[in-house]
Amino acid sequence: MKNPFNHDHPPADTPLVNVQIDGVWTQMPKGLNAVEAARRVGKFIPHYCYHPKLAIVGNCRMCLIETGGPKMDASRAPVLDASGKPEINWVPRPAIGCATNLTEGMAIRTDSPLVQECRRGVMEFLLINHPLDCPICDQAGECKLQEYSVQYGNDHSRFVEEKVKKPKRVDIGERIVLDDERCIMCSRCIRFAKDTVHDDVLGFTERGSHTTLAVHPGQRFDNNYSLNTVDICPVGALTSKDFRFQMRVWFLKETKGICTNCATGCNTIIGSRESTLYRMTPRENEAVNSEWMCDQGRLGFHYIHDPKRLTQPIARHGPETTPLAWSEIIPQVAERLRQFVPEQIGIVASGRLTNEEAFLVAEIRRVLGGDSVLTDYVPRFGRADGILRSADLNPNTHGVTLMGLSNGGASLADLRRSIDAGQIRALVVLHEDLTAEAGWDGATLQKLDLLVTLGLLQNPTTDRADFILPGASFAEKRGSMINGAGRLQRLNRAIPSPGQAWDDWQILLRLKEALGGGNGLHTIEEVFKAMAAQVPAFAGLTLSRIGDLGIELEAAMPKETATE
Amino acid sequence: MPVQERRLILANIDRDGYTPDIDCYLRNGGYADLKKALTLDGPAIVAEVKTSQLRGRGGAGFSCGMKWGFIDPKKNTKPVYLICNADESEPGTFKDRQIIYKDPHQLLEGMIIACYANNVHLAYIYIRGEFVLGAQILEKAIAEAKTEGFLGKAINGTGYDLEIYVHRGAGAYICGEETGLIESLEGKRAYPRIKPPYFPAVLGLYMCPTIVNNVETLCNIKHIVRMGGAEFAKIGKPNNTGTRLLCVSGDVEKPGYFEFEVGALTMGELINDVCGGIKGGRKLKAIIPGGSSAKVLRAGERYKIKSKKPDGTMEEKEIGLLDITLDFDTLAAAGSMAGSGGIIVMDETRDMVECLANINTFYAHESCGQCTPCREGSLWMKKVTDRLVAGEGLPGDPKLLKTVADNIAGRTICAFGEACAWPVQSFVAKFPEEFAKHAEGKVATAARKGTVAQEPSKAMEAA
Repeated sequence: MKNPFNHDHPPADTPLVNVQIDGVWTQMPKGLNAVEAARRVGKFIPHYCYHPKLAIVGNCRMCLIETGGPKMDASRAPVLDASGKPEINWVPRPAIGCATNLTEGMAIRTDSPLVQECRRGVMEFLLINHPLDCPICDQAGECKLQEYSVQYGNDHSRFVEEKVKKPKRVDIGERIVLDDERCIMCSRCIRFAKDTVHDDVLGFTERGSHTTLAVHPGQRFDNNYSLNTVDICPVGALTSKDFRFQMRVWFLKETKGICTNCATGCNTIIGSRESTLYRMTPRENEAVNSEWMCDQGRLGFHYIHDPKRLTQPIARHGPETTPLAWSEIIPQVAERLRQFVPEQIGIVASGRLTNEEAFLVAEIRRVLGGDSVLTDYVPRFGRADGILRSADLNPNTHGVTLMGLSNGGASLADLRRSIDAGQIRALVVLHEDLTAEAGWDGATLQKLDLLVTLGLLQNPTTDRADFILPGASFAEKRGSMINGAGRLQRLNRAIPSPGQAWDDWQILLRLKEALGGGNGLHTIEEVFKAMAAQVPAFAGLTLSRIGDLGIELEAAMPKETATE
Repeated sequence: MPVQERRLILANIDRDGYTPDIDCYLRNGGYADLKKALTLDGPAIVAEVKTSQLRGRGGAGFSCGMKWGFIDPKKNTKPVYLICNADESEPGTFKDRQIIYKDPHQLLEGMIIACYANNVHLAYIYIRGEFVLGAQILEKAIAEAKTEGFLGKAINGTGYDLEIYVHRGAGAYICGEETGLIESLEGKRAYPRIKPPYFPAVLGLYMCPTIVNNVETLCNIKHIVRMGGAEFAKIGKPNNTGTRLLCVSGDVEKPGYFEFEVGALTMGELINDVCGGIKGGRKLKAIIPGGSSAKVLRAGERYKIKSKKPDGTMEEKEIGLLDITLDFDTLAAAGSMAGSGGIIVMDETRDMVECLANINTFYAHESCGQCTPCREGSLWMKKVTDRLVAGEGLPGDPKLLKTVADNIAGRTICAFGEACAWPVQSFVAKFPEEFAKHAEGKVATAARKGTVAQEPSKAMEAA
């Protein structure tokens, strides 16, 4: 993801300068702004309009600090104090930290009495016309006005005048609602729309305290990245139609996740409470998605709570379906599969499988007969948008390819022909609906003697299946995937799977054991270890070593970036 | 013997028979200074302007030569732009419009010389949107100058090309702030830019080096070229050179615009001798000396002014309001500023709370709304003074006004913060008894007697 600005990441070869921050001398990259410099030494300069990835406009005035430079004597040499460090000439007028770029000898004070007074003043100004409707505001709990008010504001209001009235509940886009009275005119959303995603449709109208954020006449704020503005809006002005009023944010558990809606693999924070996923927000990863994600990916999780979600292992005998315990169904599936010779079995894998799942599928295939078992995956393509969307809509094409489960989709037709011809009589389908996704018709599936499905939702394929194995969604399981650019990333479990649905790797591991005996694997870590021992690309890696931000795989990997 | 006007810029303005067309201008020696300038090197003209010690006439009083000096045409590869700031809108100021309406070629000549000196080939006149006729007059003047070969390609037979375009302003006070003006000229909202990094001399119009000069300043360039920088510097006082257009409004018998050598007369001479004294024989109460954003001065105040004696030693004198000489440094020493030259006089019948409410209304209306303190503070102060005027004052109001203003000044992107805070700070500090009375909550501003506003036509006659 290419940002127009990266104020927090100056080029690595930027020379260092000596700077004094709150009395302590240190070295920092030249030109770094004071907000970022302070952050690097653990000091926080509060700010609203400044954002490390957006143009600097300096309008909120919250980051006012004191600045100074070395005191010079008559010969233009710095005056040194007793410890040999330069004495500082402080500028009486406060400066905004976001536009204060470090130069040699610069000094800043981030928390002096003047700075504190400036912040109190700005907080008071921001709140006088604010509706103070926190009890009904969706931003409450993650609102910078609330947070800074507690930290830097006054404990009472001196404002007795009538507040400025502005439009409420403005429908500016398909996914966004605007409350102008809450807006603090920081212009982050305007700059994001214009500079980052090139959809210049937001702007201000009116003047002074009546300044009003609006969408340009005749335009809608509907682009596929619009919900990022809800994230960067420091207040409750922009809220997500999807998430607003669903859950108070302080009840949300935050789990680090990966978006599985395309091969980009945007890093996410999954917000959940008990067994429900309420929202996904982007998690910063400069190597992948920076701080953004597309609306399609962000909202593409609701299917996991669909009423059609499979929650019970089911065996079908003719028209009869029988719910079974996992301990009953897996031996039955194994026993049925064993009745076929390798050439009679086919496997449809999925680019949605994790590496661990794909590895176990490959193990099962080996036990069932190896290369004689015709296997492929279902490719899925859309259009790359030059920002974050990848043309590859499978999150782990590289992973299933690496495990030998993919022939790029070319064998799907062979598979279908072989079924139609009666050669292949048993089919295992993983996380795919062959009717909708692969375009097969029901007649092909009817020819099978055995159809085993592992997946999330009831569909025409599961309707025909002899065994329905309910698996886990991306938010319910652990494991790893390789994104389109060859980066190995981790999924984490945010919520439990519904009903009897089970982690896919557990199901596959048990099935493999039932088919070919145990191999001493009991945890996902052990599965990864076994996989790393066999797959050179993962040599020396463990699940924990992948870390929260993933690892770029060194092994030759067909490279594809989302932006191309 | 009253001090005489020194009409340099206004030499022809309001003179019988003088018209704004180029024929009249040429008959009166027009464009001779341009012809002279074209025989000189650009840097030589810049040097003359530095020697002249000319200070900007827009309000800030910044050295014009130094401003030009920030731009080194040899060093940069981008084009240099010059913009004439004709967005005159500071309350109490009506000098630039006299030049534009009555002697447009004087402005053009000064501007062409300034462009030539700084190697500018494209310049703009950003004129206040409300000056509709002024824009038409300038357009006509530009067309005339082109016909006569003073603008366009190969000016006056030299190899120098220049185009000047008139751009009508967007109807907001903030468009006169130089970086706001540049944004507006680029077609955007006139939100002033942060400085650093967007100093016009470095990253101005279209991110190119840009000079923004006031109308009166540019007119002075013509006269500096004619008489030479050293000769020009003899007018007025050191560091306060040249003449100054003064706009007097308010409670005087003969308001109007005048031109004097800088520092040649005192406030008392201006009001009593030039403007015929306070209206109706009433007493002077207060003066805002440099446009509505300048801090108010109260009659009876004493100021300690330091000045250099001829032998080089410093002396300190204590003087009263009417003894203040009208120059940049003395007004600054008195705690206010020469600003835009708009002198607003208030007599004893004026309710200072009402006067401040009027100023606050202006600034609340004109705040661009970009940065927090000014956006919210200007309207807050207006609401408080409106309440005081309506007799709904609260005991804490004077202190509230002061602290709100203190939280604006020095904390904003542009000088509008000071412009709206200084009146409040000075009015509340200097007229505490009037604010205290209103703050009791029972006093609404009473209608004043015999103080109807003077009709504009009469004001013009008086001038």
